[in-house]
Amino acid sequence: MTSLTLENIGISFGGLRALDGVSFTANSGEVTSIIGPNGAGKTTLFNIITGIYQPDIGKVLIDGTDVTGEAPHDLARRGMARTFQNLQIFEQMSALDNVMAGRHLHERRNVLADMFGLPSSRKCNRESAIAAQAALKRVGLGGVANRPAGDLSYGQLKRLEIARALTTEASLILFDEPAAGCNAVESREIDDLISSIASDGAAVILIEHDMRMVMRISSHIIVLDHGRKIAEGTPETVRKSPQVVEAYLGVHGAKEAGAALA
Amino acid sequence: MSPVLRAFLIISALLLLAPLLFPSVYYYRIGVLVLINTLSVTGMVVLLGYVGLVSLGHAGFFAIGAYATAVLPAYGIPPILTILVGAIGAALVAAFIGKPILRLKGHYLAIATLGFGMLVWMVLSKEAWLTGGPDGMVVESIDVKAPFELLGIKIKTAIAWYWICAVAVVIGIVLATNLANSPAGRAMRAVHESDVAAASLGIDVARTKLTAFIISAVYASVAGSLLALFNRYVTPDTADFLHSIEIMTMTVLGGASSVYGALIGALILTSLPQMLTVFAEYENMMFGAIMILTMVLMRQGLAPAIAQLFSRGRK
Repeated sequence: MTSLTLENIGISFGGLRALDGVSFTANSGEVTSIIGPNGAGKTTLFNIITGIYQPDIGKVLIDGTDVTGEAPHDLARRGMARTFQNLQIFEQMSALDNVMAGRHLHERRNVLADMFGLPSSRKCNRESAIAAQAALKRVGLGGVANRPAGDLSYGQLKRLEIARALTTEASLILFDEPAAGCNAVESREIDDLISSIASDGAAVILIEHDMRMVMRISSHIIVLDHGRKIAEGTPETVRKSPQVVEAYLGVHGAKEAGAALA
Repeated sequence: MSPVLRAFLIISALLLLAPLLFPSVYYYRIGVLVLINTLSVTGMVVLLGYVGLVSLGHAGFFAIGAYATAVLPAYGIPPILTILVGAIGAALVAAFIGKPILRLKGHYLAIATLGFGMLVWMVLSKEAWLTGGPDGMVVESIDVKAPFELLGIKIKTAIAWYWICAVAVVIGIVLATNLANSPAGRAMRAVHESDVAAASLGIDVARTKLTAFIISAVYASVAGSLLALFNRYVTPDTADFLHSIEIMTMTVLGGASSVYGALIGALILTSLPQMLTVFAEYENMMFGAIMILTMVLMRQGLAPAIAQLFSRGRK
């Protein structure tokens, strides 16, 4: 069981209060979504959780341990993985190598053994390849494992990032707009994938603009506006909150959210 | 065939067959210089090609190896062992200076490494009591023919050197190729392409860069030791800025992404000036021109361009 807790997070850029007193908890087995209009502070919050920004005040806790401001690679060691809104793919590497890089923390790291091609290093490589192959299959990219990542389509790259995050065996996975720029079918596939990742027991945190997706797969939604949390709860309660409708969803969005839930 | 076996077979075959084209012993001497440069450049392939860092000071590490071999025998260390001592020394220096400067990016890092190379050059030129100053110093010679004579082969010194350096290059290239396809090498390539993504997977970016920097320093140092033993003389020019540029130009021309590039780059840029001695004055201009042309015409370098040509031919 893993949980991520944010306590009273606040950060300012110059005079602008980008986040103010944001608190919530994301539990394993659940999809916790962060939504809000552009400029609400979603990405800033994401960057604080993933260790890119240090908050001015407040704490980030993983299973009760304070991890505020730890470097991204240390957070990975604590079981955190993420995908990127503007894809961060290793384009010159094959799809398989991209995902194998995600096995880094499971590999025994010894540069000399690697250079001399010792059996321990080869065994490590084989195990990583097997795990990576499995992750690629799970996201439906089993057939393109040996293609250079740069040759894949946008939708495939989105899923490649998910496979890479999955293969770390993280217990806490953050998705930054995983369906952005995908068509309806691709978006639906990613929905299902994220739901299944959560039901496997990971704590999933999602930033997404696609309201249908958010309403359909979230167990728990946090709504931000101007750096403050204006609502929190199940999709049902959030959709009906007058504040949320006013700040973000609008009348049309509320309808669409309702349609997704129905 | 695994990439490592393929590299081993191709490079071994090339080095075995090359002497068929050598009309005189003089060519073996050029061959040795090509091989020594190949070793330096292979280290640079790890640094520039794998992890994506630029160093304009690698002649500094080359000189550390060269001077370790020149200076240490006077203190009772056998010449052969000085190669190892020099390599360890270069690794320690690389670790020490790498920690602060590898945090810099792009041209800031390039300038910092440039400073390092100049520093080494300065020390070698000024500390005459140890290094002989600007005039350089004589290196104790070793009997390279001995191992061949043990096998009952009579051989000229330059030819013996060719085979010794050929073995060193094959080993160097096999190690670098192993690395490329290993967990550590994958982490390096990941850092090269996206350091944020690499860090999100638990890869310690600073440490990965430092590892590559140290490895490349060791390659340069071993190459430096070999050159000192081969020439039986060292001068501070081994640490010269233009020597760093030479290593960099060879890497870029051959193609930083592959070890084959190391051999091609070193071959062309070492042998050309020897063939065109009339143009010796313009050697540095030539390096500049080649660098510019490579960047404009084929940024990947020669080796990938050739590979592409072949794969197109197959289709």
